[in-house]
Amino acid sequence: MADYYEKKDLVDFPLIVEDAKEAGEKFFAYYSQATSAGLLSEREKTLIALAVAATQHCPYCIDAYTNKCLSLGISRQEMMEAVHTGAAMQAGVTLAHATQMRKICTQKEM
Amino acid sequence: MTGFDEKLRQVSRFPLLAKAIDIFQMNVGKRCNLQCRHCHVQATPAHRELMSAETFSACAKIIENNSFSTVDITGGAPEMNPHLDEFLQGIARKGRRTIVRSNLVILVEKSYRKFIDIYEKNGIEIIASLPDPRREKTDRQRGDGFFQSFIDIVHELNLRGYGREGSGLVLNLVHNPVGAYLPASQPALESEYRRRMSAEQQAFFNHLFCITNMPIGRFLTYLNQSGNLTEYWQTLENAFNPGTVENLMCRNTISIDWTGALFDCDFNQVLELPVNHGLPAHVSGFDLDSLQQRLIRTGDHCYGCTAGLGSSCQGELAASE
Repeated sequence: MADYYEKKDLVDFPLIVEDAKEAGEKFFAYYSQATSAGLLSEREKTLIALAVAATQHCPYCIDAYTNKCLSLGISRQEMMEAVHTGAAMQAGVTLAHATQMRKICTQKEM
Repeated sequence: MTGFDEKLRQVSRFPLLAKAIDIFQMNVGKRCNLQCRHCHVQATPAHRELMSAETFSACAKIIENNSFSTVDITGGAPEMNPHLDEFLQGIARKGRRTIVRSNLVILVEKSYRKFIDIYEKNGIEIIASLPDPRREKTDRQRGDGFFQSFIDIVHELNLRGYGREGSGLVLNLVHNPVGAYLPASQPALESEYRRRMSAEQQAFFNHLFCITNMPIGRFLTYLNQSGNLTEYWQTLENAFNPGTVENLMCRNTISIDWTGALFDCDFNQVLELPVNHGLPAHVSGFDLDSLQQRLIRTGDHCYGCTAGLGSSCQGELAASE
């Protein structure tokens, strides 16, 4: 294996269906519906997907959704705002866990 | 990379044949007041190649003798051809749907302002390319000041009724990506354009067409220089959609260059690939029967028209999911 996370790997993604057809097809049908315009617009969903891709450190998804944002005419500044929202959520999630630390300290310290 | 013809074979769509000639597209010259970074024609103000009065006349005769639904005029900037005015008035008298692909900003110039009246008076449909509804992105591709001049002319056209429901005067816009990526779905982009143009510019249009940048001409140079060429080709091939083949523009269009030579499309003009139907490939030997069932001359550049939801001078080719 030459490298992990090669760009060309993304082309293979739809082919995961080959090894588990029914589950794969159900996943892609769900994925398509969940990421298409509904009550939220395609733009809104694409920005959500980009933020999740960045927080989950998925290079394939970052590539796919940055390109989709560009295709939808979403500006670099709008993309960065979405990524900051994801980053803030991650920081918030981390800091919210400090409440557990504080609760234990309060319980244990004299 | 799989060759385009091989890709067609894989989906049982080879060979690619014309179905009819519905659109008579004329490229009336390579001269343009702009030098856009994506222009496949590589048009400039210095170009001398302009369709002659004789060729216009030959085209008018062919149009009169045939029932094409649409006459589609492109360039360069068509207005820079001195014979356009007379040709448009002649065609308009015949009641044929006529489109002019204008960059609009040329209409700011004093010597070309008359075309606003000519277009309105003759009910000419205008198609104008606006790569992005935001000033900075559009000016990056088209040059500083383009966006404001474009909006100024759209305001004038709106006052005449263009882009307004019920007026019968049609102003359609074209989106093409400002970079090495494909356009998104037409409805999504049209909605975004309409929102921004209306709210930010108080400017109105009828429809938006999405066109994929073809890797030829100046856009090819950009792809090369920016290191995007290999990936762009791969993106086009990966996005091949067999559902676009049925409606490919070349299958119902004949494209005429400034000399009167016949091509399957405007891109084949640039690549100097005239029609291959076994008869003279020139308006002087125009033969409808042969042309409307001709074999289309394809090449790997054709992936530009079959990617995603497809691309043509009339926008997308396949329905969105």
